[in-house]
Amino acid sequence: MLTKRIIPCLDIKDGRTVKGINFENIRDAGDPIELGALYAAQGADELVFLDITATNERRKTLSELVNNISHHINIPFTVGGGISSVEDVRVLLQNGADKISVNTSAFNNPALLNQLALEFGSQCIVLAIDTKMEPDGNWYVYLNGGRIKTNVLCNDWARQGVDLGVGEILLTSMNNDGTKKGFALDITRQLATSLPVPVIASGGAGTMDHFVDVFEDARADAALAASIFHYKEIEIPVLKQYLSKKGIFMRF
Amino acid sequence: MNLVIIKYNAGNIQSVLFALERIGATATVTDDLDIIQSADKVIFPGVGEASTAMNYLKSKKMDQLIVKLKQPVLGICLGMQLMCKYSEENNTDCLGIFDESVKKFIASSNEIKIPQIGWNNIYHLQSPLFHQVQENSFCYFVHGYYASLGEHTIATTNYGIEYSAALNKNNFYGTQFHPEKSASIGEQILQNFINI
Repeated sequence: MLTKRIIPCLDIKDGRTVKGINFENIRDAGDPIELGALYAAQGADELVFLDITATNERRKTLSELVNNISHHINIPFTVGGGISSVEDVRVLLQNGADKISVNTSAFNNPALLNQLALEFGSQCIVLAIDTKMEPDGNWYVYLNGGRIKTNVLCNDWARQGVDLGVGEILLTSMNNDGTKKGFALDITRQLATSLPVPVIASGGAGTMDHFVDVFEDARADAALAASIFHYKEIEIPVLKQYLSKKGIFMRF
Repeated sequence: MNLVIIKYNAGNIQSVLFALERIGATATVTDDLDIIQSADKVIFPGVGEASTAMNYLKSKKMDQLIVKLKQPVLGICLGMQLMCKYSEENNTDCLGIFDESVKKFIASSNEIKIPQIGWNNIYHLQSPLFHQVQENSFCYFVHGYYASLGEHTIATTNYGIEYSAALNKNNFYGTQFHPEKSASIGEQILQNFINI
C-alpha cells in the first residue's frame, strides 16, 4: 500500500539554506546538503528545495547545488523557484533532480506545462499553486510568491494544469502559511478528491494533529512543512510514529 | 568490476550513476554496443514512454544486443518494463525477456491516483537481489503501468492490484521501483546486484 508522505521544505538563497534553522547536531546550519541528509536519515519521504536567489548567477549556482544534493541524498527531491523554460528543467534533471516545480512562469505561459510533460514526463512536473481565500469565499491563485493576485480560481487552474500534463500539485494556502493553526483542509480536500494526481498540502502545520487532519479529513497525499522541522518543534520520527498510531500508513 | 549503464533517450540515468557513486561503485554511461557487450554488469535504467524508448533502442540496434547479454543485467522502472514481452503503453512490443506483460493501472477508487508516486512496500521477496532486505521494506515508485504477476516475479507490491515489484529470469533482473531513490534499502539492493 502506498504511504502518505512527509516532506520538509528548504529555502535556498545563493546555494545556502535561509530562515533560521536550529539544529545542534549539524555543523553548518546553512548547508542544504547537510540539512537535507539529516532529514533523509530521520525518515523524510522526499525533500523540496525552493530557490529564492535573485541574482544572475542563480542558474549556475542552482545546477551545481542540485548535482551536489543528488550525490549525497538517497531519497527523491524536487527543485523549484524561478524555473521558466524547458532548458532550465533539462539542466536540473540532468544534474539529478527528480522533479521540478513551476509556479508563476506556468501561469503566465500554460503551454510550458504541456511542453515539459511531453519532454520529460508528467511524473517529474509539479505545479505549485499559492492560493488565498478572499472575503467572497473563493480561493484565488496568487503569483510571484503571493504578491500578485489573479482572478483565476485555484480549482480551475489546478484542473487546467492536470489537463496540460502535470503529475502532482503542491498547494500552499496563504491564509494558513505561517499561522501554525493547521492546513487549509477545505481547498486541499477539494483538489485531493477531485483531481487524478497526488496533492501535496502546504502551509499552516503547527501540531502533529494538523497532519492527521490533512491526511484523514482533507485526503492529501503528502504534507509539506518547513519551520516546524527546522526549529525542531516537531521531529520527523516522532511525527511518523504518531501518524502511524493514528492509522495513517507511513514508511519506516 | 566493469559496470555499465546503458545510455538512451530516457530519464534518471544520472540518478543511477550518482547512487552507485554513493555506495562507492563507479560506472560508465554509454550507448557503445561493444562496451556494453564487454561489461561485467549492465544497468538498464529509464523513466519515460515505452514506444519512444523501444524505437530508439531499435534505431541503435540495442534491442538485439540487450536480449543476448550473458552478464547480470538490471532493468529499472521503464527499463524493466521494456524487458517484458509487451506494454499497453501505446501498444508496444518490447524485448520479450520476461513473459509478463505490462498493463495500465486502473483508477478503481479515489485513493488510486495515476501515476503511482511514492513509497510502497515490497513482499514475497525471493532472490539474492533482496539479500538483507526485510519483507515489507519500502521502495520508491513512480509509474503509470505495471508488470503483472508471473513465474518470473521475485517481489510483489499492491496498488489497487498486486503486481510484480521485481522480476528475474536467468541473468536478467528488473525492478519496477527506483533503488537509486529508495534510501538505504535501495542502496542495499544496488549493492546486492553488484555482488551477484
